[in-house]
Amino acid sequence: MVEAAYIQKVCVVRAKEVVVDAVSRFSSDDASFVDFYKKAFRELNPDYPKFFKMDALSKLAVLAAEYLLEGESLDDLALVLANRSGSLDTDVRHQAAIQHEGEYFPSPATFVYTLANICAGEISIRHGLQTENAFFVSENYPIDTAFSYTEYLLKSGKASQVLCGWVELFEEKYEAVLYLVSPKGTKKHTAENIKALFA
Amino acid sequence: MQQPNNIIYKIEMAELKEELKGKIIEVLNLEDIAVADIADSDPLFGEGLGLDSIDALELIVLMDKEYGIKLSDPKQGKSIFQSIDTMAAYIAENRTK
Repeated sequence: MVEAAYIQKVCVVRAKEVVVDAVSRFSSDDASFVDFYKKAFRELNPDYPKFFKMDALSKLAVLAAEYLLEGESLDDLALVLANRSGSLDTDVRHQAAIQHEGEYFPSPATFVYTLANICAGEISIRHGLQTENAFFVSENYPIDTAFSYTEYLLKSGKASQVLCGWVELFEEKYEAVLYLVSPKGTKKHTAENIKALFA
Repeated sequence: MQQPNNIIYKIEMAELKEELKGKIIEVLNLEDIAVADIADSDPLFGEGLGLDSIDALELIVLMDKEYGIKLSDPKQGKSIFQSIDTMAAYIAENRTK
């Protein structure tokens, strides 16, 4: 059971840049998200070809988590994520594949991503996590809900650290703000401090 | 492609295999793998290209969409999708487009 929790580390992915704890770790002038994520992921040299088969939302989530969790312990790590568009980006692609009767070729590889929380599953698979996870769909990051649920996970002993945050993507617009809540650190895990991450 | 010993048949089969490799790379998002990296007899699953069960379903869709072949029995896939050689042979025999 964790008595006092802290926001140990933060990773922000937006505007073609990956920033970890306010330090730019990767940036690229590539026009599309597709080119950006490939280069940003390869920067860490992970041997994980499955990354390139994921839908865009999962790529964003896994990419941000890769930078956030670099060098960190994965023990009892739970996930609490949220976004605004759910899996709409992939839903639209799936819909296009089944729109016309004569050209009805739904892609199994696309269809399996037509749920928002699949991106949490991809993070779990990538890091071998078999822990609690939750995904909320909300207009903005549900700070109070995420804070309360994270505190519950830590204080009930269901997790000893929690990867939390926002992974929003639709078409070419994307933003990930992930933070690691653990017993380590100096910035207290409070609603106010979470709010500051999104300022 | 009715005469297996005919030189034209062999050329057409070679072209079909190259085309098939390209389509598989594209459809399955096989990053960092080029047509030249895939040998005709390489196993597609397991030790070869390392494809998974979702990839198998994607190959079934590819057969339908590109070659007009509907695999009604998924068990057929095990023998058809062994390698590029076996896929190309099945397509050559059964394609409707």
